[in-house]
Amino acid sequence: MKNENIIEVSNLTKKFGTFTAVDNISFEVKEGEIFGFLGANGAGKTTAMQMLTGLSKPTSGTGIVAGYDIRHESEKIKRNIGYMSQKFSLYEDLKVWENIRLFAGIYGMRDKEIAEKTDQLLNKLDFESERNTLVKSLPLGWKQKLAFSVAIFHNPKIVFLDEPTGGVDPATRRQFWEMIYQAAEANITVFATTHYMDEAEYCDRVSIMVDGRIDALDTPANLKANFEAADMDEVFRKLARKAQRD
Amino acid sequence: MIEVHNLRKNYFSPSTEKFAGIGSKSDKESGISFSVPKGEIFGVIGPDGAGKSTLFRILATLLLPDFGSATMNGLDIVKDYQKIRQNIGYMPGRFSLYEDLSVEENLAFFATVFNTTIEENYELIKDIYQQIEPFKKRRAGALSGGMKQKLALSCALIHKPEVLILDEPTTGVDPVSRKELWDMLKKLKKDGITILVSTAYMDEAKLCDRIALMRNSEFIAIDTPAKIIDNYEQILWSVKGDNLPAMLRDIRLFPQVRTSFAFGDEHHITVDPHLKEEELNSYLTQKGYANLSINKITPTVEDCFLALTNTEQQK
Repeated sequence: MKNENIIEVSNLTKKFGTFTAVDNISFEVKEGEIFGFLGANGAGKTTAMQMLTGLSKPTSGTGIVAGYDIRHESEKIKRNIGYMSQKFSLYEDLKVWENIRLFAGIYGMRDKEIAEKTDQLLNKLDFESERNTLVKSLPLGWKQKLAFSVAIFHNPKIVFLDEPTGGVDPATRRQFWEMIYQAAEANITVFATTHYMDEAEYCDRVSIMVDGRIDALDTPANLKANFEAADMDEVFRKLARKAQRD
Repeated sequence: MIEVHNLRKNYFSPSTEKFAGIGSKSDKESGISFSVPKGEIFGVIGPDGAGKSTLFRILATLLLPDFGSATMNGLDIVKDYQKIRQNIGYMPGRFSLYEDLSVEENLAFFATVFNTTIEENYELIKDIYQQIEPFKKRRAGALSGGMKQKLALSCALIHKPEVLILDEPTTGVDPVSRKELWDMLKKLKKDGITILVSTAYMDEAKLCDRIALMRNSEFIAIDTPAKIIDNYEQILWSVKGDNLPAMLRDIRLFPQVRTSFAFGDEHHITVDPHLKEEELNSYLTQKGYANLSINKITPTVEDCFLALTNTEQQK
């Protein structure tokens, strides 16, 4: 982890009519950090992530992501990040190699580089035999691993992961976090949401959103100490109990 | 209350282009068998695609088995499906209420379908429904995830069923709402309702009276959570220290380590019976890892699942 900030957000707010989805949040994420972005359903995580990834403009406040302004340079942000969610990441009716080529092409990589890196990737994942397999016939765990690899294929500065491991079997879930570790070691910043509180423990730091605000932000060890909690589940419950929103 | 004997269903799934269902993949004559006594919370635990939903759909009389039989309170799931439907509450994995109807309208609709009224069985759903009653005029589609769940559970309970079948009620739900749901299930159990519930969250296993671990269409273990943990045969250690990601790679190079998994702020490893903690400690110290702590630990259900699927893969 380096000491430079890759995300810097101050007083970020998003209102929909009279409803304040994200309420004046400020935080930084360091380059190469694994940052856990937690919160109850409806706490504002998705809205905040949409602003950070350039998909939604803030009502007020400022933010720099991967060196670019979230208000005015959203297209540049999109080119420098990767994104993966549990719900959608790959095209089911395309083959493994076609998915890789499609996403790499969208990010502007050259054909030769795509071909070389595809070979390397399939080799590393032990996936060579599945090169021509339609994504829909892969087991869920493989899909998730492939989706993550595709999300960082263009070597982005940050990868955003929105509940990447839901429903995945325990062994695959752990292999997935090992891939996240490797990405962080290669200096890719990882910004992840999850509902598995044990996964929060993999993160360097964790923020917890309640009613649109960030009510806690620290290392898992410090959070557990400060809230006198045995595990992150307890920290989460102590914080989220204060929620007023339905 | 629930008796399942050699139940099997195989179908070709066009979405994944693979055979899915329940029953052994190798033995075409073999299905799933288990029984659940009245008032028990029985959990079916396994990853997506294990066959949990297929099993529940058959028991909810929505899908016909290839062979095998199942009864609920003596009623046959094929012959007596109409009677069974009066006696079970089923909550499918996907939110399946009417999004354009209000909270109250949804509940009234389900009550009417089952020839009853909200008032008649209000006592049973009171604790759950009261939490969403302030929003009873709101469209169901505009509810938050946790509230949708409470409404769906209220609708599944409004005809006072003897058996409740809940397919992954906590998937994608935050830890607070998950806990609330489990508290509600405990109360329903006290009312004598038998509960069949599936989940992909291994940590919810301990909240069930008995569990079945499910993988690849089969049950790989079925017992109380405590007995499943008792039956764990490996020697399990927790390893903590600095620089966990790199440490995991070095742990794997150590010959007497059998399996190793990252578990959040620690690693869980299984080792040869003769290995002493000091041996691993000095190896890792030599490799430069500081603040080490290595301890023998009691497995969680997740460790058991990992061990069971590991032997299964070796077979």
